[in-house]
Amino acid sequence: MATSLALSLAADGKAPLFLDCDVEAPNAGLFLKPTFEQRSDVSVLIPRVEEACCTSCGRCAEVCQYHAIAVLGKKVLVFSQLCHACGSCREQCPEDAIREVPSVLGVLEAGPAQNGIAFARGMMDVGEPMAGPVIRKLKQWASPGDGQIVILDAPPGTACPVVESIRGSDFLLLVTEPTPFGLHDLKLAVQLGQELSLPIGVVINRDGIGDAEVEQYCGTEGLPILLRVPFERAIAEGTARGRTLLEIHPQMGARLRAVLEQIGARLGSPP
Amino acid sequence: MTIVVSTTGSDLDAMLDPRFGRAAFFLIVDPETMAWQGHRNSAADAPGGAGTQAAQLVAGLKAAAVISGAFGPNAFRALEAAGIAMFQSSQAGTARQAVEDYKAGRLERAGLPSRSGRHG
Repeated sequence: MATSLALSLAADGKAPLFLDCDVEAPNAGLFLKPTFEQRSDVSVLIPRVEEACCTSCGRCAEVCQYHAIAVLGKKVLVFSQLCHACGSCREQCPEDAIREVPSVLGVLEAGPAQNGIAFARGMMDVGEPMAGPVIRKLKQWASPGDGQIVILDAPPGTACPVVESIRGSDFLLLVTEPTPFGLHDLKLAVQLGQELSLPIGVVINRDGIGDAEVEQYCGTEGLPILLRVPFERAIAEGTARGRTLLEIHPQMGARLRAVLEQIGARLGSPP
Repeated sequence: MTIVVSTTGSDLDAMLDPRFGRAAFFLIVDPETMAWQGHRNSAADAPGGAGTQAAQLVAGLKAAAVISGAFGPNAFRALEAAGIAMFQSSQAGTARQAVEDYKAGRLERAGLPSRSGRHG
């Protein structure tokens, strides 16, 4: 959906900046075929305890709300994968025995993609559990041109990486499917969007399966359904081959443009 | 010498809690006399890092060994550093049975961490 909207904007001469924020499994590049020209490592500062200065007082473990430091007898263990790099342990250490050292979490890549789209993505290193900092750095690192629209492709769900992706956006487009599963996750995502005071629009993917409950829910909540994408073998086959919805069904172009116009109208500016 | 058992309840006839970090209680037991004392696991509802927090709690109880169903990688590393022997019981049963099994040498020493930690 995000890639088709980006291509639709590009076709109208408004090539956007596209950020693939699904840093655990970025896949938008398969569709938009970017050539990466810039790379930058993402790292966070994690504590290292200087044993010579440490008195095992336990203050660091006490202040760490992520339990990323454990003091066991005279030993202090740092669990870097639990660390959120907040710096509290260093700040609070009465002996000044904690230094911070960079730990690489992943990489950011950027470059031009199809039809003038500026593309950037984050990719986490294998085994790294912390997506938030990678997404945060990606959003700071890739900046749009003057007046350029930014499309952020968020990961699925409603956990921290999604919050990090959608924070600061002007509009939240939620893609769901008309099934009890879709409805369950949609409700959570809507609550999150409302919590962040974002205007919300809904796209129903795989339209034609399931039931009418998503539609009823949208009606009750006053959420506009901006697009329906039919449940079709051709679409599944095409996307599996790395083709966007717009390439599979060029006639969707007008409907994608209408989605962008409706979003623009809700934001009080043309797309 | 005392050992700790992860349990779902606060007494010796409570069931063994198969999870270490998120066990409801830690029971500290003297295997000689079978005298025991229950401690609520304050890490049970931690959003993250339950294993490391629970390990510190158990280390604070001065136990020589701990019996549970599974130890995550973080708890494993912390308990190992604290010099606390880890024993695994795959049987559903009471804490009393687990301690009897331990005394009879029927429990296995935990080897590699049994499951990976979760992060939010």
